[in-house]
Amino acid sequence: MITVNGDRLDWTEGMTVRDVLKAKNYKFPMLVIKIDEVLVQPRDYDATTVPDGAVVNVLHLLSGG
Amino acid sequence: MSQLVFDPSKVMDIDYTLRTEYHAELERARASRTVLKELAYAPSLPERGYNDRTLYVNVDTLQVEEKPVTRQMKDVFLGGRGFGLWHLWNAVKPTTKWNDPENEIIICPGPVSGITQYSGTGKSLVVSLSPQTGIPIDSNVGGHFGPFLKFSGFDALELQGKAEEEVILFIDGQKGIMRFERITDCPEDSHVLAEVLTSLYAENEADRVNVSVVSSGAAARHSLIGMLNFSWFDQRRGCIRLKQAGRGGIGTVFRDKKIRALVCRGPRIKSDLNHVADQETLARTAIKYHKEIRDNDPHQCMMRRNGTAHIVEIMDAYDLLPVHNFQYGSHPDTVKIDSAYWQQRCTQRTSDGCWYGCSMACAKGADGVVLKTGPYKGHMVTVDGPEYENAAGLGSNCGVFDPDYLLELNFYCDTYGICTITWGTLCAFVMECWQRGILNKERTGGLELCWGNAEADLEMMHQLARGEGFGLIAGQGVHGMKRIFAERGWGDPRLMQDIGMEVKGLEYSQYMSKESLAQQGGYALTNKGPQHDEAWLIFMDMVNKQLPTFEDKAEALYYFPLFRTWFGLNGFCKLPWNDVVPSDNATTSEPAKVPEHVQNYVDVFNATTGLKIDKEEMIHQSAKVYNFQRVFNIRMGKGLREFDVPPYRSVGPVTREEYESRMERYDQQMRDEIGVDPEGKSLEEKMAITREFRMNRYFKLMDTVYQRRGWTPNGVPTQARLKELGLDVFPEVVEVVKNHGG
Repeated sequence: MITVNGDRLDWTEGMTVRDVLKAKNYKFPMLVIKIDEVLVQPRDYDATTVPDGAVVNVLHLLSGG
Repeated sequence: MSQLVFDPSKVMDIDYTLRTEYHAELERARASRTVLKELAYAPSLPERGYNDRTLYVNVDTLQVEEKPVTRQMKDVFLGGRGFGLWHLWNAVKPTTKWNDPENEIIICPGPVSGITQYSGTGKSLVVSLSPQTGIPIDSNVGGHFGPFLKFSGFDALELQGKAEEEVILFIDGQKGIMRFERITDCPEDSHVLAEVLTSLYAENEADRVNVSVVSSGAAARHSLIGMLNFSWFDQRRGCIRLKQAGRGGIGTVFRDKKIRALVCRGPRIKSDLNHVADQETLARTAIKYHKEIRDNDPHQCMMRRNGTAHIVEIMDAYDLLPVHNFQYGSHPDTVKIDSAYWQQRCTQRTSDGCWYGCSMACAKGADGVVLKTGPYKGHMVTVDGPEYENAAGLGSNCGVFDPDYLLELNFYCDTYGICTITWGTLCAFVMECWQRGILNKERTGGLELCWGNAEADLEMMHQLARGEGFGLIAGQGVHGMKRIFAERGWGDPRLMQDIGMEVKGLEYSQYMSKESLAQQGGYALTNKGPQHDEAWLIFMDMVNKQLPTFEDKAEALYYFPLFRTWFGLNGFCKLPWNDVVPSDNATTSEPAKVPEHVQNYVDVFNATTGLKIDKEEMIHQSAKVYNFQRVFNIRMGKGLREFDVPPYRSVGPVTREEYESRMERYDQQMRDEIGVDPEGKSLEEKMAITREFRMNRYFKLMDTVYQRRGWTPNGVPTQARLKELGLDVFPEVVEVVKNHGG
């Protein structure tokens, strides 16, 4: 189990940041993602795995009219 | 996270220079033109952003007067919206109504407005007493009129009085002439009127770029929801384009004053007309930003390709897109009106900025639109946008997912002079009233106003423009319709109150606030009414969960409204602030504020004016105007706590269907936050428990926000707060506060 923005999410072996975004349906392009307070760069979303028990924060920047 | 990829092969191949032209209308206008009064004046250019001159015009007596811009005005009100509010305060009494002659329309560009180096710097603010709310409304608009006015010599234009017959005011900043004219055979709708007047007042074809027209349209004359179009001449397309001062019915005031149009002919725009204090810093800051747009926009929001419509599918994915009068947050047909479609439909072969030098260039245009209905049926036109608010308001919120009809609705709103946001929300209300049996064919005069019926929607709008039928009722806005329907015994007033999405008389803009307490405050705790330009906190609150406590939400509802007020004091557009971000923004301590861009604004302001402010002073500058506006509202009888209460639709599920659509979320909240087990409870019981909890939570938020803002529990700025802000130098302001326990 991991925590994403305060909500619990089932963890799977080899789960990447990209998998987390898909599971949460997070589609906004301007995100700031930290795993256990460590920043992950967008270019690393596919390669970075999320450990079991991790606290993931996906900050969506404001946008709109 | 998804990223739309631009595929040039999919863009519709439309000749963007082709459209219907109005030569006959131009000739008729030319032939029926009379000069009522002409006078000479001395044009000037601003020094460090200011001319220190205000132009006062009475459209009844044709009196013209110059007023100085004082040091105190600049210190307290800065410019833009601040100047507008100050002039309006001095013009009206607590008893003044929107259609009294003393009400004013004030157009103010702001000290930074008109620079061509940084992106998003061509804005003006328009201020008036609103026909919808009875309190001051401010509307932020692009187009070239504001900067042209400024480069013709004036920091603000005050329009007062009511003409007996239609009048046009022409300001020629090149020749130093002001002229009042009457054109008896004059078009009324903006896309024709602006084209005709641009040609009429330009000295030759090349001069059309120096002319801007402010106008409204036929529907503004028959409604409370009129808006103003500010034009600019698009050299590449060879036609006029329009930007809107949409909210609050200022177009209605304009037409009530029998002003047909304002025309300004400014000097040829050059990069140094503002005579800024520090050109080097300005250029350095701007170049850095332009590079950022070039490098980052293609893989961030793609504003240059899609404009604000880029968030249609984003809002849908996060259950935030208003569907069927804000009942639901997503719809399977959204794909038909999302940015992938608009990217193909909008012309991509030409840059689309609404002011010189804006590299964000998000004013997209759909060319070659052949109209299917109304007085311009068969005409080929260019439609601005659609922007997000239009796609969501005229589209999903009314169940309209046909992009051709959406463009037609957008076009007619613009040319008829009515606010697209307001029309979207009021039409959604009408359609829900139809759904719930409050309206039927007999009551609408035959219009079948069910979800998705764009033809009936358009006919209702055409009726309004003609001043007839059910369209006239719709033109009273949601607030007016609730009253009319209740008076006629057409529906349960409590239900209409719950589903009628307005606060203070102004319709909501197009975001679902139901699951974000902070955004409920972001809408209902606004000064002018529920517009998203004070605080857009849904992601921070609902998705990121960055604002877990009441105090956190209150802090956001303190900072963001003040930060965003500052744009309107200066003539900035909001979009370049956070619709693109620097590559290293993620490493900053507060990425949501985009700290580098905040510093850019401080630097651009200082470089323009020669002042030395920092980001804290920026907030202090805004707080003066924001609190002054709150006191102004109180003075006009509408600024207290009771007017900050939202309709329940914006707070929680009004109907069974809404509760059932998010049953899991609401039941979980009942367990986790309310401490009640939903098992065994009827739907009605659960809805009642949820409603009580959510409304109490909202009232607690109000208390916390008022305290943070330095206001009493009744929403009145305290005398101590006035003193802190230097507003205690105005005895009338102090008096209002004293009289209300502040």
